[in-house]
Amino acid sequence: MTMKVGTRQVDGVTIVDASGRITLGEGSVILRDTVRDLLSKGNKKIVLNLADVNYIDSSGIGELVSAFTTTKNQGGELKLLNLTKKVNDLLQITKLYTVFDVKDDEAAAVKSFK
Amino acid sequence: MAMTEQRVSYTLDSSLETIDSAEEKATRIATELGFGDDEIMQISMAVREGAVNAVLHGNAYAPDKKVTLAFERTGEELVITIRDQGPGMDLSKIPNPLAPENLLKTSGRGIFLMRSFMDVVEIRPSSTGTELKLIKRVHGPTAGGKEASQ
Repeated sequence: MTMKVGTRQVDGVTIVDASGRITLGEGSVILRDTVRDLLSKGNKKIVLNLADVNYIDSSGIGELVSAFTTTKNQGGELKLLNLTKKVNDLLQITKLYTVFDVKDDEAAAVKSFK
Repeated sequence: MAMTEQRVSYTLDSSLETIDSAEEKATRIATELGFGDDEIMQISMAVREGAVNAVLHGNAYAPDKKVTLAFERTGEELVITIRDQGPGMDLSKIPNPLAPENLLKTSGRGIFLMRSFMDVVEIRPSSTGTELKLIKRVHGPTAGGKEASQ
């Protein structure tokens, strides 16, 4: 299953609903383009909802890091929401869990920007 | 590929499709060998990362260079070999992705993940390519549903 994304606005925060696989190739490119597009339009409060992301490889992890740092470098903030166990485990073993601001409740994630 | 055979190998192009194909083969074979769900995920991800290294960093997508992928069941182990025809990996340049200065790097986690998921990871670079050997031992009572013939 290739990656799909949808975006929506909640109280000034952009929620990116991602599904499928974030892997080398199309999945990573879609995520990169989505975040860059949001930033270019001034949307700098971003929540990446990974509830339906069932697989991520090292390239996908790299894209998450890239999205995080790119957003931060432009004065914004990117948080992760609803990690599946697989993605959660990957972020734990790569020690990235402490780097990202990870939320498990959308309302709390949105509120945390204010 | 019949699991009555103890060894199977594939010669694959240096393409993105090879990476997905290698992962799918690993998933299928690990499933047929009776590994558990977590182990199947670990094996398939390790093979995917190995294939990424072979296609991107080894062969650099060169159309005239191939990736050889082999699966072998030896006793209580699944031995996977991935060989490329690149210039040979420089082992001294493999970073520690857990080092604070590397945490926010966007690459360099593939070998680390392989080592996290497999029991043995051996990398043998040479001037004619790099050979990667990944070994997963059969741990649980449900794994290895078929006894290896000796």
